[in-house]
Amino acid sequence: MRRYVLGRLLQLIPVLFLVSLIVFAVMRLLPGDPALLMLSGAEGGAITPERLNELREQMGLNEPLAAQYLNFVLGALQGDLGSSIRFQVPVIDLILDRFGSTFELAVAGLFLAIAIGMPLGMIAAARQGGWIDSLCMTLSYIGSSMPVYWLGLLLVLVFSFTLHWFPSAGGGSFEALILPAFTLGLLSAGVLARLIRSSMLEVATEDYMRTARAKGLFPRLIIFRHGLKNAMIPVLTMIGLQFGALLAGTVVTETVFSRPGLGRLIVDSILSKDYPLVQGAILFLAVVYLLVNLAVDLAYALLDPRIRYGN
Amino acid sequence: MQLLELEGLHVAFSTDRGEAKAVNGIDLSLKESETLAVVGESGSGKSVTALAILGLLPKRTAMVRADALRFDGRDLMALSEEQLRAMRGKDIGMVFQDPMTSLNPVLTIGRQLSEIGEVHLGMTRATAQDHAADLLDQVGIPQAKARLRDYPHQFSGGMRQRVGIAMAIACKPKLLIADEPTTALDVTVQAQVLELLAELQAEMRMAIMLVTHDLGVVARIADRVLVMYAGSVVETGSAEAVFSRTGMPYTRALLRSVPRLDQADEGPLRPIRGSPPDVMRLAKGCSFAPRCDLVEARCHLGQPPLARCGPDHQAACVLVEPTA
Ligand SMILES: Nc1ncnc2c1ncn2[C@@H]1O[C@H](COP(=O)(O)OP(=O)(O)OP(=O)(O)O)[C@@H](O)[C@H]1O
Ligand SMILES: [Mg+2]
Repeated sequence: MRRYVLGRLLQLIPVLFLVSLIVFAVMRLLPGDPALLMLSGAEGGAITPERLNELREQMGLNEPLAAQYLNFVLGALQGDLGSSIRFQVPVIDLILDRFGSTFELAVAGLFLAIAIGMPLGMIAAARQGGWIDSLCMTLSYIGSSMPVYWLGLLLVLVFSFTLHWFPSAGGGSFEALILPAFTLGLLSAGVLARLIRSSMLEVATEDYMRTARAKGLFPRLIIFRHGLKNAMIPVLTMIGLQFGALLAGTVVTETVFSRPGLGRLIVDSILSKDYPLVQGAILFLAVVYLLVNLAVDLAYALLDPRIRYGN
Repeated sequence: MQLLELEGLHVAFSTDRGEAKAVNGIDLSLKESETLAVVGESGSGKSVTALAILGLLPKRTAMVRADALRFDGRDLMALSEEQLRAMRGKDIGMVFQDPMTSLNPVLTIGRQLSEIGEVHLGMTRATAQDHAADLLDQVGIPQAKARLRDYPHQFSGGMRQRVGIAMAIACKPKLLIADEPTTALDVTVQAQVLELLAELQAEMRMAIMLVTHDLGVVARIADRVLVMYAGSVVETGSAEAVFSRTGMPYTRALLRSVPRLDQADEGPLRPIRGSPPDVMRLAKGCSFAPRCDLVEARCHLGQPPLARCGPDHQAACVLVEPTA
């Protein structure tokens, strides 16, 4: 088991290199010059070529691209993601400051997705072909096909402006988390419900399920002990992927609900060409995403003894 | 007294291609501590019959009808689903063909065994664990107690089938239905598993309904034989009568098509020509007629009924000389 985890951690290295290369390249390919943007923002009219060149020199933008990339990677390897151009503070501080809010939102969203999607999918599978099944699946399609911003606005309209149950914007409090978490979670709930349904139905045709029935076990025991654990194996992989989607999905949700999260920070810093901040934040998210998926794979091994005692 | 009595069982499946008539009005009975072998080619309806007795056919696609189904003096057709459940695994145990797929891969052997004691015998978790270890011991698995924590993939095929048997006999059932319990195993292991079944039967005095392809096995351990073809019983009787005074050309062909250790001088093996009929389109006459060497015009007129051709011996063939 320990060797497995170590092996998996080693596999992360090339992936992270690739991610760093892609963010770096994409940022440089986007039109716009951070030095120019900064000058026009901060000092108004007087932009002289000398001033511009001085600033670019200061920001390391005059060095060859390869050297810039190397600096970025070498720094990152030592845990130094550089300083934000816009805020003039270390990137890592900004990220850690904002990440809590984003992580909280993604976790709450995932929790809701599981809490809603699992029962929905299992009930649908148990009532396959009946009207309850159709109802559950219709709900799941509606849930997963609504655009995030639209669903967010709808929830705000109903539960905030009309009913005054929850605040429409801001962060920090539990009440403020509820609407954004539903906005994010309902989407994944729909996807999960369908997957759990099909996974349960597939498992139901397995020989060991027939054995369980031949043993005269209670139907509930057959579904939960014999069926669910097997059905969860593919679902777990999906949950890992969904968590990535949730982390990414926070960008829109944070914008709709004006939450001070990492997603919004990234969007803002892309617009202001804050190279170090964007690179650092994306790399950070990539690490989080990969670690979550590693955790999912470990949970997978817990569910399936054939992997745990892997050859 | 008869332990199991099944009369006029019909099973049809609704499929994409239409209705598949898997079993067409068969009768079957079994006395206490008797061994009945059910033989026939692939697709003849053996498994479907076994599953129908336990009420395990898929409710959505299988249409099951019978004139009577009695077990141990009880009318199974009148039982509720819950009453049937309470009987499955307790009064009737079942062993399945493929031990590789019929055990749950994510639960320990101990769990899969002990849950039976918990559900049917009202045992606590601890007692049920001890019971499970005893069962493993009884089916000849060494270091039973330690192996309770293992998962199915840590056992060999033969050992898994022993576990399957342990599950089936956990509550000392009156009837054990074994659906080709050795087909998926190596030849040497097959003999061991059959040996085990015979031992357990002698010990617990249970009746066994053994579905098998292996006529050598039938000759060795069966008291009575039921030959199925295309969803019908074409010959049945005491093993001795069916083997020595075979009435139905299909049974004879079946006997010629498999090697038998007990009779080395039967001449060369001859596979049955042709293939079994499509259960989607059964003809009006004898369903074996298209493959029969002795076929006559009257064979195509209708399915011949089972006729008595000796004490405790019936065959469904126009050539059979009925006896009183
Ligand atoms: N769930 C099902 N849906 C549709 N058809 C089925 C189903 N189960 C069995 N059948 C059909 O019923 C017929 C009898 O099948 P059955 O499994 O009883 O054969 P068998 O005698 O056990 O054969 P084998 O020796 O291969 O196990 C076959 O034609 C099969 O295709
Ligand atoms: Mg079969």
